[in-house]
Amino acid sequence: MARQMTGAKMVVQALRDQGVDTIFGYPGGAVLPIYDEIFQQNDIRHILVRHEQGAVHAAEGYARSTGKPGVVLVTSGPGATNAVTGLTDALMDSIPIVVLTGQVPTFMIGTDGFQEADTIGITRPCTKHNWLVKDTDKLADVLHQAFHVAKSGRPGPVLVDIPKDVQFATGEYIAPKAARVSHYQPQVKGAIEAITDLAAAMEKAERPIFYTGGGVINSGPEASRLLRELVSATGFPITSTLMGLGAYPASGAAWLGMLGMHGLYEANMAMHDCDLMINIGARFDDRITGRLDAFSPGSRKAHIDIDPSSINKVIPVDIPIIGDVAHVLADLLEVWKKRGGNTRKEALSKWWTQIDAWRKIDCLSYANSDKLIKPQYALQRLEALTKGHDRYICTEVGQHQMWAAQYLTFEDPNRWMTSGGLGTMGYGFPASIGVQMAHPDALVINVAGEASWLMNMQEMGTAMQYRLPVKQFILNNERLGMVRQWQQLLHGERYSQSWSESLPDFVKLAEAFGAKGIICKDPADLDDAIMEMINHDGPVIFDCLVEKHENCFPMIPSGKPHNEMLLGNASTKDAIQAGGAVLV
Amino acid sequence: MSALKINKGAMSHSAYELRDPNLNVIEKHTLAVIVDNEAGVLARVIGLFSGRGYNIESLTVAEIDHTGHRSRITVVTTGTPAVIVQIKAQLGRIVPVHEVHDLTVEGPSVERELALFKVAGQGDQRVEALRLADIFRANVVDSTLQSFVFEITGTPEKIDAFAELMRPLGLEEVARTGVAALARGRK
Repeated sequence: MARQMTGAKMVVQALRDQGVDTIFGYPGGAVLPIYDEIFQQNDIRHILVRHEQGAVHAAEGYARSTGKPGVVLVTSGPGATNAVTGLTDALMDSIPIVVLTGQVPTFMIGTDGFQEADTIGITRPCTKHNWLVKDTDKLADVLHQAFHVAKSGRPGPVLVDIPKDVQFATGEYIAPKAARVSHYQPQVKGAIEAITDLAAAMEKAERPIFYTGGGVINSGPEASRLLRELVSATGFPITSTLMGLGAYPASGAAWLGMLGMHGLYEANMAMHDCDLMINIGARFDDRITGRLDAFSPGSRKAHIDIDPSSINKVIPVDIPIIGDVAHVLADLLEVWKKRGGNTRKEALSKWWTQIDAWRKIDCLSYANSDKLIKPQYALQRLEALTKGHDRYICTEVGQHQMWAAQYLTFEDPNRWMTSGGLGTMGYGFPASIGVQMAHPDALVINVAGEASWLMNMQEMGTAMQYRLPVKQFILNNERLGMVRQWQQLLHGERYSQSWSESLPDFVKLAEAFGAKGIICKDPADLDDAIMEMINHDGPVIFDCLVEKHENCFPMIPSGKPHNEMLLGNASTKDAIQAGGAVLV
Repeated sequence: MSALKINKGAMSHSAYELRDPNLNVIEKHTLAVIVDNEAGVLARVIGLFSGRGYNIESLTVAEIDHTGHRSRITVVTTGTPAVIVQIKAQLGRIVPVHEVHDLTVEGPSVERELALFKVAGQGDQRVEALRLADIFRANVVDSTLQSFVFEITGTPEKIDAFAELMRPLGLEEVARTGVAALARGRK
């Protein structure tokens, strides 16, 4: 039923009708009418962040941990431009978020008005789609379309720019059901011929591997369930990208660990030597493939992806299947079982023998110390002491992120929030706020580096205001660890600008915000300190002083194939040729 | 080859490219992109080409269906076969894009471009310009005692050839529309 209301009221009504319970935002001149409406209702909770970038990352954390779109409300001009990093992050990692921005009144657009920016122009390349609404009668329809586009197909960020006069004016509200049916309806069912080809290839494969990614998690819990069923029915080994951790449980027998630049030896070697690679919802990112012409040279490759542009983008594949992971896996299981559910059992057992030999290399081993806390040890203890909890992990970007991916384990999807594609330092803390909002009783930990964490530390105010007991587990090496590692390996040990000078006293910093600060520098005290963090009912900044010059291994150096990994105990000198330095 | 009609999110393209995508030859393709005629849609298409480093040789756009608010963008682009496939898939991802047609591979098509040439000259040069225009079936759409404006329609190659001939005869200005293209009718 059509109802007349102001544009500002429409925004709140549309959010309510879309099932939104939480939004992250920051007010300003061009969104005041919407904030006025938010003030006069209780259905939607508004979380006031301290910087718009934090709002978008918080919405990403909310979205990633719930599967629902995250919603952001910010003002025009600087409010919108501050959201750009988060939008790009969400685009790269396929996170559904809806960002609403205020805009100067329509009659002022183009006059360089106060806090005017060409938001649509600026965010066009970093959203799936964006809209400038110039007519209040069209606002409700656009808002519903925005949610549809954010969630459909390969999810991603969308933005709706709403001029202030459109918020004040009255127009006709339409409910989601009455909204225009979008022609944007990406295909979810895979072609059955291609799925049959894959089933046949699985029957013949001697050295198969599943290579899974964030697409499994985006597809929803059913996709993870089907993946587990498929892996256990076939007995094929499985590895995952950074974005896909948790889709298959780390305790599963077929789990090889993460692959890629800092992935596990057994995972990368199996990728290199396999004869059938089944890519499920991953995109052959350059952190995964290493040198392209030496990437898994002897394998047939199948690729399941909902985005047609992902197919053959960097790696040509033999069996492309365009569709949603859950739909395709359901069909694949059915087809493969109907054909007899056969695999080459003997060959598979030989393949597993080989994999077990690779596992024996124990690539995550490191030289521990009883004087200094090794970052790997800190994460192993964090893992051991938090394992039984209802736990969500966020990370910032850098060495700590890779160590977290290596040493923490994930049994379920949506439990791991990290900035994969864009590699955004400053992502983890606000993301942890979004996760905690969605899961108030869970243990939410942000594994951070001190440099990343400082990039969005203003969100301590948000955590305090909303009593969000997020745990900031900072592996403090007083270095930009990953930059320092690359400078050591690639730039003649010239450590240009890669140390953290003038760091705050994190305990005092926590106390200044009214939170709890914990500092730990002795491995003997670590367990007690971690327990103190877990048991504290409120936000904690945990300053874990770790070994300053630890490098993150294993590592596939730039320009090298998977089977030329560097292991922790190997000599790293001259391991990377000059040509590798030009690659990132 | 059967018609390659790529609907939103459809699968009937890159996945089934039959040629070696690693072939290192540069091909020229004419793409017809049917879009919603909404604000910024051209910027989305152009932004895709500039942002991902694809080439645009020529581009034309106009509304073709006033009631349905559809526009047709004709892009002539160059790239390796793999890049061309990527361009089509990336275009297909843009939300207001309804269809992407690769006229170069979908079967025979016709391509036309319209151009205006201002040629200034006296005496024999003027006569010669008029004579060549006649051979090229160009129309005179404006004339003064010192100049002509010719209107010519044809393939880009024909227009290039006409420009070459006009240059020594006092060519002053050229305006070209870029290529419009359509698949030929079914037999």
